[in-house]
Amino acid sequence: MADGDDLPKLDDPLDIPCLKPGAMEGLEPYIAAPEHQAKLGFPGELVPDWKERALAKMAELAEKDRAFQVYLDACVKCGACTDKCHYFLGTGDPKNMPVARQDLLRSVYRRYFTFAGKHFPKLVGARDLTEEVLHEWYSYYHQCSECRRCSVFCPYGIDTAEITMAAREILDSVGMGQKYSNEIIGKVKEIGNNLGLQPKALQATLEDLEEDIEDETGVSVRIPLDEKGADILLVTPSADFFAEPHIDGLIGYAKVFHEAGVSWTLSSYASEAANFGLFIGSYENMREIALRIRKAAQDLGVKRIIFGECGHAWRVAYSFLNTLAGPWDFLDPNYPVPQHILEFTWNEIQKGTLKFDKSKNDHIRLTYHDSCNVARASRMGDKPGGQFEIPRNVIKAVCNHYYDMPDDTIREKTLCCGGGGGLLTDDLMELRKKGASPRMTALQQVTEDHGVTHMAAICAICKTQFSKVMPAFGYEMDSIVSVHQLVSNAIILTGQDTDDEEDDAGGEE
Amino acid sequence: MLSVIYAMLFYVATAVLVVGVGMKIRRYARTPAPLKIPTTPAPTTAWGVVLRMFREVVFFESLFKANKWIWLFGWTFHMGMWLVLIRHVRYFVFDIPWWLSFVQPFGVYAGFAMLAGLLGLWARRVLVERIRYITNPSDHLMLALLVLIVASGLMMKFVAHTDIIAVKAFMLGLMRLRIETLPSDPVLLVHLTSVAALMIVFPISKLLHAPGVFFSPTRNQIDNPREKRHLAPWAAKLEG
Repeated sequence: MADGDDLPKLDDPLDIPCLKPGAMEGLEPYIAAPEHQAKLGFPGELVPDWKERALAKMAELAEKDRAFQVYLDACVKCGACTDKCHYFLGTGDPKNMPVARQDLLRSVYRRYFTFAGKHFPKLVGARDLTEEVLHEWYSYYHQCSECRRCSVFCPYGIDTAEITMAAREILDSVGMGQKYSNEIIGKVKEIGNNLGLQPKALQATLEDLEEDIEDETGVSVRIPLDEKGADILLVTPSADFFAEPHIDGLIGYAKVFHEAGVSWTLSSYASEAANFGLFIGSYENMREIALRIRKAAQDLGVKRIIFGECGHAWRVAYSFLNTLAGPWDFLDPNYPVPQHILEFTWNEIQKGTLKFDKSKNDHIRLTYHDSCNVARASRMGDKPGGQFEIPRNVIKAVCNHYYDMPDDTIREKTLCCGGGGGLLTDDLMELRKKGASPRMTALQQVTEDHGVTHMAAICAICKTQFSKVMPAFGYEMDSIVSVHQLVSNAIILTGQDTDDEEDDAGGEE
Repeated sequence: MLSVIYAMLFYVATAVLVVGVGMKIRRYARTPAPLKIPTTPAPTTAWGVVLRMFREVVFFESLFKANKWIWLFGWTFHMGMWLVLIRHVRYFVFDIPWWLSFVQPFGVYAGFAMLAGLLGLWARRVLVERIRYITNPSDHLMLALLVLIVASGLMMKFVAHTDIIAVKAFMLGLMRLRIETLPSDPVLLVHLTSVAALMIVFPISKLLHAPGVFFSPTRNQIDNPREKRHLAPWAAKLEG
């Protein structure tokens, strides 16, 4: 496995590499074991009649999902997307160009489902479905993070993420699931979160955190679990319970809720915002996971649901939760369902309920990484683009030194962290590092120009990915921070002993 | 005899085009989009979506963001094509309204614009490594067919005139199910044959991008999932 020695040295984040055919050929993440597959209702290993089943699945997808059919038909091979994928920019492998990635499946669709492909396969690039093709799919559809950057630029809005999800669904249906995603989905279904963290362990973790906050601030800030009758159910990625810098974000949410004076709770049953059902394109699995949140909300009798910092989770929450687990008519109609924690915090900042000492973040100079799913597959606030403004507004409210990365690498054109879409696994580390290189190059530019030291993100996957890959690009692991970690640093809790007051007190004595 | 062959050709081509594309559109329209997947930021109202789609099909907004060269050639070609198509309406109506007379001279220049756009796109297909990689033989054939149509059309205007009065009579006759005499100029026959070929391949080729764009969920959906519950019929059945 590459340890970063062969990472491309880019002058510009969007430098287009020369084609290196076969550069990432044969890269396959670990395949799911039969027991992982069984929990999701998929065959345990490659079934003998895989070809018939794969084609039947393809026909089913064409019936059930308009995007699948339109996107396979409409592409004119104009090339607009060819230089837009961070994995192509980082690896040079032509099959990582979005259109070429789609063509891996389109070529088979054409062969079996279109007139031209049935009768003139050579002419239109149609090909038979073979076991080799299946492995090629497995490899290259696990080199796509479903970040949708290509869909921004396609004149027909063709979204490679949709094709990747469809391909993974076909692979799952013939018994070729990916271990990382499918094992995790099994854990959520059994235990309630991606980590397999049991309620007792979760309770203990949260109590420790409460103690930490009290030690640090002198204020008792609660992080409630399974409290019936609370107003707000917070659903947050389970990484927030143990990983750095995620956990500092969780402390930030708790402090904001505390100062806002609202009652809230976490749920041990729905102790996971992430929904990997999205990554494998499985509506049924995604729905099953989403329904846990509905049950938790009903059991706890909450009035509102708020999601913590997580990118794809916010996509599923904002865009799909109403579809998958709605209607939410039993919740308070005065609030959108669900809300993002940043919508809540920004609202409180505007109301003036939160007090900050921005100088607490003066030791760092910041930029902000728009997470792909938040940027291109969701919204915050009332207006389109709120997903870009609200996080920046909150950061600027708690930090003095903020600088954006180059325009064509942020907002709707943001570059993926390189670890999204079910690729955040060690067996894909080489791909993750190469895929991160465009984003890292953009970061290096603002480091050179403005002395930026840290990058904030609002996605559990981005945070984990960056803390792993940043050292390969000359940054410390902790150069990636949670947005609510910055809020937590700067917020002054009511009754908090601040350093300044201690100094003053010392001076008076 | 020639007139009969071409009359049949155009009846068949028209039928294939209308029925083929109609069937595709019906399929697209009937297939649900199970989830809300607009590429955001997206409009929050139906009018906003109409505007977004308008910008997409008239200005090629996304393509403009992507690549200025492809945009320049593609947009030039398509806009030229619309003008040329409008100009050709005169062969299908008896009396020519004032606006149709007005666009005639522009339509001629538009023919050159089409040709320039096509040649630009073709050059990129050959010269740009990435685009060469994704190109199939059918992509070259489609460009060849379009160039043939445009070149033969321009030739009739500037090199070898044909009897356009007779052509018009032939077309008007076809619309009334009568077969008039078609001039037998080779350039005209090349022009008409290639147009008919284009009409026939339309429903089975990438030309489906034309109806397809209107059915693209990333472009035609309203960003209002929290306000309005979106549910596909097959998904509703899961709720039992």
